[in-house]
Order: sequence, then structure tokens, then C-alpha cells
Amino acid sequence: MSSANTLTIAQARDALRARTLSAAELTEACLTAASDAKALNAFVHDTPEIAQAQAAAADARLASGDAPALCGIPLGIKDLFCTRGVPSQAASNILAGFKPEYESTVTQQLFDAGAVMLGKLNMDEFAMGSSNETSAYGNAISPWRRAGSDAALTPGGSSGGSAAAVAADLCLGATGTDTGGSIRQPAAFTGIVGLKPTYGRCSRWGIVAFASSLDQAGPMGKSVRDVAIMMGAMAGHDPKDSTSADLPVPDFEAALTGDIRGRKIGLPREYRMEGMPAEIERLWADGADMLRDAGAEIVDISLPHTKYALPAYYVIAPAEASSNLARYDGVRYGHRAALVPGDGITQMYEKTRAEGFGKEVQRRIMIGTYVLSAGFYDAYYRRAQRVRSLIKRDFDMAFADGIDAILTPATPSSAFGLGEMVDADPVAMYLNDVFTVTVNLAGLPGISVPTGVDAQGLPLGLQLIGRPWEEGDLLNHAFVLERAANFAAKPARWW
Amino acid sequence: MSIDIDTAHRVAKLARIAVDEADLPALAQELSGILGFMEQLNEVDVTGVEPMTSVTPMRLKRRADVVTDGNIQAQILSNAPDAREGFFAVPKVVE
Repeated sequence: MSSANTLTIAQARDALRARTLSAAELTEACLTAASDAKALNAFVHDTPEIAQAQAAAADARLASGDAPALCGIPLGIKDLFCTRGVPSQAASNILAGFKPEYESTVTQQLFDAGAVMLGKLNMDEFAMGSSNETSAYGNAISPWRRAGSDAALTPGGSSGGSAAAVAADLCLGATGTDTGGSIRQPAAFTGIVGLKPTYGRCSRWGIVAFASSLDQAGPMGKSVRDVAIMMGAMAGHDPKDSTSADLPVPDFEAALTGDIRGRKIGLPREYRMEGMPAEIERLWADGADMLRDAGAEIVDISLPHTKYALPAYYVIAPAEASSNLARYDGVRYGHRAALVPGDGITQMYEKTRAEGFGKEVQRRIMIGTYVLSAGFYDAYYRRAQRVRSLIKRDFDMAFADGIDAILTPATPSSAFGLGEMVDADPVAMYLNDVFTVTVNLAGLPGISVPTGVDAQGLPLGLQLIGRPWEEGDLLNHAFVLERAANFAAKPARWW
Repeated sequence: MSIDIDTAHRVAKLARIAVDEADLPALAQELSGILGFMEQLNEVDVTGVEPMTSVTPMRLKRRADVVTDGNIQAQILSNAPDAREGFFAVPKVVE
């Protein structure tokens, strides 16, 4: 067998159950691949001892015939997830040295299902960014390069380390989180699959909070089937998160029938942006043709409030962040600034937060503070929440008209170069989320599927948006798209 | 709405983030740019629209009002930058 780390989760599961591959061998292959890929800066805290112990336990379970789908499957975990006794910094200096005394619900559920943790993955600081360039660990680097160029590209963000690690076969799958596109955009940039579930499908307990009404954890993997398998272990009600839904978790993998005959797929006209690259236009049209060929009906729809999604998001997310990040005060955990004689507690807060938070995080905290401050709450936050209702209503009406899924581009372009956006104004970077952010505001499930490459050989993805709580159905549409697109490109190894 | 230097100073103060005087003009300009982008929201007619509070109508779960953990002082203090005698230590707050 060629190196085991290149397997999909489904392939590895079958080999593990057939006992032609051991969890220990598979884990070793991934640990070796990861240690040979330091140039990508994807893994920022390695946990080989934990991985080996979990792999040994998985082999024992496999031997006894108790082998859940993820038993012995090596995963990478985004640094935003609290993992007991393992650094969990949200890629921020303000959480330097923080080792949680508890385990996030999602990682606990993955471990209960037998998954193996290889280490923690790079990301944008507090998940605020679209390029992984705001990380305290430095940039994660995409395994992809433009044809004939060795310029370093972004793997996207904020789950950039997760995307780079999966695309480079350092792990079989990874956890991500998505507040405005942070699973789907990096998945699209690196040619992998990323699912943001319905808000409330996965527990947020133990995941460092960014914007609580938008944050949602989800799987990133090499195929739709792999993402469906991971989703089964990650989802479920958790009494520790009152916003997690008390709904049964269906068998997501069983939903992959490949049959979408008679389903109605909406193409929202508002997503046809002015100045959209021809390559993206073509990708989108090709994707619609693939679904039509599979027996679906393609319908033009309108989501009239789309253009207001980004400005509403950039009120709501910073407002919630300013509140959530107030907890980093240098008292209970993480960094505390060195003080000089005479400094009181206010100086301690102010110096600690100035030193501990990076520029983008500071910017968002201050915007959030401003829009929530006395006299502005109604004008900004309350208005944005009302616009959010209208954005959600647009989707509700489309689904009420019989639309089963909505097809859009995942990103406005392929991956850009690291550093290329440094001088751009912050709003230019925010535009990366233009196709994904509506889904978070409406709380819907969305999935990014790689369906093509651009003229420079870089992956491009399409997004499918589904009805609330119907991830199984959404995954099935994605499965059809994946099979039809037959995306097989892999980054040529340079690292 | 454009943000002047005084407002930038006040926002930084409220956010408890130390900002050098010299950096305030650039900060004010940046915040103004982002707020300018948000001004688009004023074009939307939101008359009679309720603010969104949840994704699907769902009753917030209730739980039994019982103690479920405790006696974990060492765990709670284990990550503190400065913990002494079972307490979080901070600079003097009251003169």
C-alpha cells in the first residue's frame, strides 16, 4: 500500500476493520508526514504521545470487534478547540501557555468514537481572518502553488491549518469552525470538502468563542463521504450548550444515495457579482449542468437582501466578539503584561490586552465596542439583527417555494498569495466571505466541494446550501456534485 | 459616521486596550472606513421587522437547578498568571 496517510477516512476505516492496516501504522504514517511538512506550518502543537496511545487503544477496540467508523482515524484539531492538557491558544498570544483542564464536547465525542489526535492546527487569531495571516504562530502555508511559481499562497482562513493539513495528507480529516466562512473558504482554496452544519447541530462547549450566534464547528475532509462520517461523531445535543439542538443525529453516510432526481436546485441571481472572474462564472454554470444531468431541476431564484449580509455580519460578529473577548483580562488564564510600580488593575487590563491581542482582533473588539456603546446600539446592532431576519426570510421563502438546495460559488477567486492583501484595507479582505456569510447569518448548513481548477492550476470550489437540519440531504447533493466533477488534482509536493 | 480621534480614544478605553496617542489617528481612520461600509444597512427598510434571535424557533432548554461540580480549586487556578493562597492575585484595587 502506498503511504497510508493518503487514504480517505472511508478507505482507512475499511482497511482497519479488515485488519490489513493497524491504527498504529496509520498514525505513524501521519506523524511522519506531519513532521516532514513543517514548512506548511499547519500543525502548531504536536501530540505524538497522545496519538500513539489513542492508536493503541483503537487497535485494541478493532481487535475486539468494537470499531465505530472513526476508530483509529488520525485527525488534526483546530487550535480553537479546548483539548485537555494540550495547549489551546486560538492562535493568540493572549492565551499563551493555556492548557485547558477540560475537553471540548466535539473533541470528546470524536475521541469516544475512537479518533486519534495528531496535534493542534494553525488558524487565524480567534478565527478572525480569511488567510491565516493573523495567527500568533505565523502563516499557515498552502501546499498548492500556482503553475510555474514558488510564491507562497494562503490556505485560506480561519481554518487554514486544517485545510493545509488535509490537502497535504498530513491527517485524514480535521476539525474546523465556521463563523463567516472559515470552513468553506479554506476548503475551496485547498481542494478539499468542508461542511458548516446547521447552527446548533454541534455543541459549542469548549470551543473558544468568537461570535456566539454564528460560530459552528464542522468537519473538513478529502471527500464528501469522509465529511459525512466525521459529522456523525461531531453532531448531537449537549446539555452544556443550551443552543445545541435536541434532535436525533441521522446516519449522514447512509444519506449518500447519489440520487437527486426531481430535486430543485436554486441559483440565486444576487450571487452573480459584478466583476466576477469568468472562471468562477464557468465553474458555477458547469456545476449547475452536473446537477441537471443527474436529474435535478435548476431554477433561478432571488435572495434580495444578499448584498447586506457582509455589512450586517461585520456589525454582529465584532459586537459579539467584543463581549466574548472581554474575558481575556490577564487574571484567570493566559498572558499578563509586566507592570510597573503604580500600575493599577485598569493598566493591567489595558496593557495585557494591547500586548496579547493582534491588530485584527483589536480592530474587531473596538468596532464591536463602538457599535454596542450607548446611543449606537439601535443604529447598528439592532438594525443589523433586523436585516439578519430579512436575510433569513429570503432563504425561508426559497425553501418554501420547493427549493431543495442552493448552488453558489464558494469564493470570489482562487487562493491569493500570502502578503498580497497586506496593504489592502480591511474591508477588501472581508469580501472573501461574500458567498459564505449569508449562510451563517441564516444559521443554515453549507458545504464547499472542489469542482475545478483555474488557469493557474489552483483549486476552485462550489458551495451548496441546504435546509436547516437537513445535512444528510445536503451531503447527498454534494456527493452527486463531487462524483460528476471528479476533482482529482493534488498539490505537487515541494515541502 | 466618521470617528474622530477623541472617539477612537474613548472606544479604546472602553475596550480596555492601551493605544499609543500616536496611533490614534490611524485607528480612527480605520474604524471610520469599516463603519462607512456598514452604512449600507441604512438603505434597508426594516419597518416592522423583529430582530433575529434564533435560527429556528426553539425553546431554550431548562436544566435542573442543582450543583453538578465543585471542589476543583486547583484546576480553576492552574492557568492563572498569578495565584496565591487559593486566590487569583491582581494589583491593588482599593486604596
